[in-house]
Formats: sequence, C-alpha cells, structure tokens
Amino acid sequence: MFRKFKSIWNWFDDRTGLSELIGPPMKHLVPRDAKWWYVFGSATMLAFIVQVVTGVVLAFSYIPSSSQAYETLQFITNQATFGRFLRGLHYYGASAMVLMVGLHMAQVFLFGSYKFPREMNWVTGVLLLGFTLLMGFTGQLLRWDQTAVWSVVVAAEQAGRIPFVGDAFARFVLGGQTVGGATLSRFFAIHVFLVPACLFGFIGLHLLLVMRHGISEPPKVNDPVDPKTYRKKYHELLEKKGCPFWPDAAWRDVVFGAAMLMALVLLAYFVGPPVLGKPPDPSIIQADPRPDWYLLWYFAVLALMPPWLEDHFMILGPMLAGAIMIALPFFFGKGERSPRQRPWAIAGVLMVVLTIGTFWYVGAKSNWSPNFNARPLTPEIVGATTGPVATGARLFHDKGCLNCHLIDGHGGRRGPNLSAIGNKLRHDDIVIRIVNGGNNMPAYGNNLKPEELDALVAFLESRKK
Amino acid sequence: MKTNSTESAAPKTSPCCKDVSRRRFLERLSIGLASLCGAVLAIPGIGFVLSPLFRKTPEEWRPVGKVTDFEIGKTVNVTLTDPSPLPWSGVTAKTAAWLRRVSETEFIAFAINCSHLGCPVRWLPDANLFMCPCHGGVYYSDGRVAAGPPPRPLTRYAVRLIDGEVQLLTQPVPITTRKV
Repeated sequence: MFRKFKSIWNWFDDRTGLSELIGPPMKHLVPRDAKWWYVFGSATMLAFIVQVVTGVVLAFSYIPSSSQAYETLQFITNQATFGRFLRGLHYYGASAMVLMVGLHMAQVFLFGSYKFPREMNWVTGVLLLGFTLLMGFTGQLLRWDQTAVWSVVVAAEQAGRIPFVGDAFARFVLGGQTVGGATLSRFFAIHVFLVPACLFGFIGLHLLLVMRHGISEPPKVNDPVDPKTYRKKYHELLEKKGCPFWPDAAWRDVVFGAAMLMALVLLAYFVGPPVLGKPPDPSIIQADPRPDWYLLWYFAVLALMPPWLEDHFMILGPMLAGAIMIALPFFFGKGERSPRQRPWAIAGVLMVVLTIGTFWYVGAKSNWSPNFNARPLTPEIVGATTGPVATGARLFHDKGCLNCHLIDGHGGRRGPNLSAIGNKLRHDDIVIRIVNGGNNMPAYGNNLKPEELDALVAFLESRKK
Repeated sequence: MKTNSTESAAPKTSPCCKDVSRRRFLERLSIGLASLCGAVLAIPGIGFVLSPLFRKTPEEWRPVGKVTDFEIGKTVNVTLTDPSPLPWSGVTAKTAAWLRRVSETEFIAFAINCSHLGCPVRWLPDANLFMCPCHGGVYYSDGRVAAGPPPRPLTRYAVRLIDGEVQLLTQPVPITTRKV
C-alpha cells in the first residue's frame, strides 16, 4: 500500500516538479541564532491564512447587498452552524494580523534588518501594513450595521478633505451622492477581491525577497552593515553557522503560530464576534459610531487635534507617516544594526507605542463625547430638594450642562469637572462663563431666563469641597 | 585576414539586421496589442467603478408631514427617502433631517450630519442645542457652531410648503471639503 502510494507520489512529483519548487526554499540556510524574535512574520501570514479561510467560508452566506447584508450577518451569527465561531475567528484573526504585523515591523526595525540589502523587503512590508489596515477598516464596514454606515460617512468626510479632488473621492467612497445601494457592494469588492489580490501579490514578493536576501542574522554590537562587504560576510556566516529553515528554524514558527491560533479559537468560541449594532438605517440618529480597536487611536487623534491642523493632518498625516516609513531604509540603509548602538531607534519605537497606546486609551474613554445618558443629579448630590440650588441642579441637567461636565462623578467629561467650582470661581465669573460661553462651551445667554440663570449660578456656587 | 573576416561577416550581417528589424517590429506589435488588450479591459472597468462620481442624482421634493403636524418653536426629526434609490438599497435609502418650525409659515431644515466628520447630531430640546456624539461638536438651534471641532454650520435643506404639506428638497450627504 505504502509502496503504491509512494509510486503515485513519485509520478506526481516528477510531472509537477513540486519537490523541486518547494524543497529549496524550505531547506534554505538561515542563521542558527535567528530564534523567537523571528516568529512574528510567519504569524502574520498565518493570521492572513485564517482570514482567507474564514472569509471564503463566510462569503458562502453573506450577501453584499445594502438591504440584506445585516440580515445575513444575523443568520450567520445566530443560526448558521459554526457561524458565530467563524465570524469571531474572522474578527480576532484580523486583530491578530494587525498586532503581528506591528510586532514584526518593530522587530525588523529594532534589529536593523531593513538595512542593505533588504530595503525592498521593508518597503513591501510597509505596503503590506497599509493593506492590512485597509482590510481592517473595510471589514468593519462589511458588518453593515449602524456603526458601519456612519463609518462610511466619516470615511467620505475624511476623503473630502483632500485638496482639489476631495469631493470626488468622497463620492467614490459613498458610491454616489449618499449612502445607499451602491455603497456596500463596492466595499465588498475592495475587501474581498482588490485588497486581498494586492496582499497575495505583495506577500509573494515579500517572500521572494526574503529568499533572495536571506533571513537577517541577529545584530551584533560594532558590526555595522557595509554594502561592499555585507553579502560576502552573510554568505560566509551561513556556510559556517547556517541551518536549514525546515525544520531547524521553522519549528518555532509552527509552535508560535499554533499557540496564536489556539488563542484565536478560544476567543472566538468563548468571547464571540463583535455584537451587531442597530440596523443600517441612516435615519436612526441615536448612533455612536466607533472604529474597531486597531483604528480607535486615530479616532482619538481626530478628536483632539487643533482645528487649524485638521485639514492638513487628516489626509497628509497618514501619507506622511507612510512616506517616512518607506524612505527609512534609503536614508539609514547602512551602519550599525544593533539596537544597543541605536538608542534613537529604541526611542522611536517606544514613542510610537506610547503615542498610539495613549491615543488608544483616550479613544476608548472618548471623554470629548457628550454623555447623552447623564441622569438628573440625586438630592444627595445636590444637597437640596427645593429652592434655587435644587432648581439650578435640574436646569444643569435639562440644559445639557451635565452632558459635558462632571459633578461628583456624574455626567460627562468633555468640559471641566465642576464638583468644586464654587471654590474656584466667583459669582460674576460664573455668570460670564454661562452667558458668553467660550473655551469650547456654547454661550447660554439667549437660552436662559434671568431666574434660570440665577438658579444655575446658585447651584454652581454651592459646589464646594 | 581583416578583409576576409569582414567579407565573411557581411552575408551574416544582413539577415541579422533584417532579423533585428523584424524582431523590433514584432516586439512593438506585441506591446501594442497587449496595451490595446489592457485598455479594452481597463477603460470600461475604471469607467464603471468611477461612474458614481459623474452620475448626477436628481433632486426631488419629498413630503415629510403636514404643516399642522409641527409645533411652532419645536425642532423635530423627520425621515425622507433618496430621490432615486437602487432597488436593493433597503433601509439605506432613508435619511433624516432636523426640521424646525420657526413661525406659521417659516420652516428651517438641517442635515443631521455634523460638519466635522458627518456623524449624526442629536437635538437637545431643553438645551436648544445640537450635539454630536463622535467628537463633541455643538451647534445652536439655528445651526451655527457653538463649540467643538466643526468647521462650519449645519447644512440646510431647502423647505417649501405645498398644499398644507411640508416638503424638503433632497440633497447629497454634505461633504466638508478643504478650502484651498
């Protein structure tokens, strides 16, 4: 039986040349000390494979129609066999892909692996990062609930800020003048055909380049890259200390990849996919659109940016970041690779992580958003049930002040905390602030009767610690 | 020797040159035909994808209720449909507007889209303010910016009263383009 099988395989291999095709890449020599730091690239690819598999399977039931997509997603989530699990796996797979591509790039940058002769490895990697984020964003839109619909509008508004051609770009994003029948199908085509085709192409090119230039050796202190001698040194190193990729190095990729996949499976099974929001009806205005976690930091950037910078940054910022990343190996393509000799490289990575982390944290809290669910203050907090202070407390809620200001832990956080405002401002100052507004606060001068203003001021003056 | 080699090379040169010229012709023919094939595929494809940019959506007056349905001084949410929705648009063919009855005969209608990034603004009737849930834009009851990042007032719809009916003129999603 085994002999028969081997004979069939030999025939098949002879006619297709499969071993000749796959054998050399699998057995190519890699530096022996390239260990656990090197697993993130293959983990990114595994996450992509998870996305392809789960995406293809989900497409068996998903209908990319503005009128039916939401219903098909409900069917997939609530009725289809393994539907909830597969949707979850697709979501966490996307998260893993973003996370792994980030870790891979950080490792490549810190190890100086983008330097000669691997400049194009880095450039294709930057493009793959862009495609990955684009997949994440378009994937969120295919969820086609209320958040997805408003995210399309936000994307169109951002596109609208491009000088000269902004309006045309915005219409391209919407698929017309408004959100409608043409909107979802174009994002489906982009998410399922266009960007994956680019991903397949550039992953192929990236792997070809990895084969061409070899996996970079871990950097050593005082061992700078000299384009004149590097290739010779690298090949000598492989001859002396190299080991075949399969299985000597690949086993770590397999172990790490399997662990990552197990984590994704557990998350998909126990936590499940993101909950579908309200239906994609643009006339339902009780919406609070937020991007998925990997773009939440950018959502925060847009909220906190000074208005005068916004037009320039909204479009030019991401383009500039991409251009800087692509240009990196062409300006710093030689010299020291060891992070110990490149403190600025460590500082750069730390700065990016801290910046994104900070914006992510504030994005998750979204303190700049008014709190529409603020409930009236209780008599215990107000300290009165009748009189001007109690009336002022009611007005503080009714007039929307509580949506933006915090009183003893209740209310919004967009404006200053007013729990002790009575200690800080005098009567006249409070009146001026309320009547004239300013500093990101509406003027209430035309919106309050004199007795209402007096009550509101009385309430605020009573806020003392 | 030199002459001989030139002589012996001469008969070879001629077909070689012809060959080169033939090759160049075939090369250009192939590149030309391949470009033509590419153009035949690309032009209609790109045209199809970009067609929404050039398709003019008709504007239409849509009824949103009777005049008597609206109280003077109140701002309410009204729903209207696109002028020419695609058959598979479903609920996405709908949109909303904020309609304010100013007097017996005067109405003002605002787009629900915040001029910052297009999120749907909410009306706070007691506060007389529109507030945006995304980045905290605030507008006065007449649509002027009161606070936050919005760069311009809320977009208005054209309103008319016909036979006791309030009608709004449909419009595209308002896009805040950059002033150059």
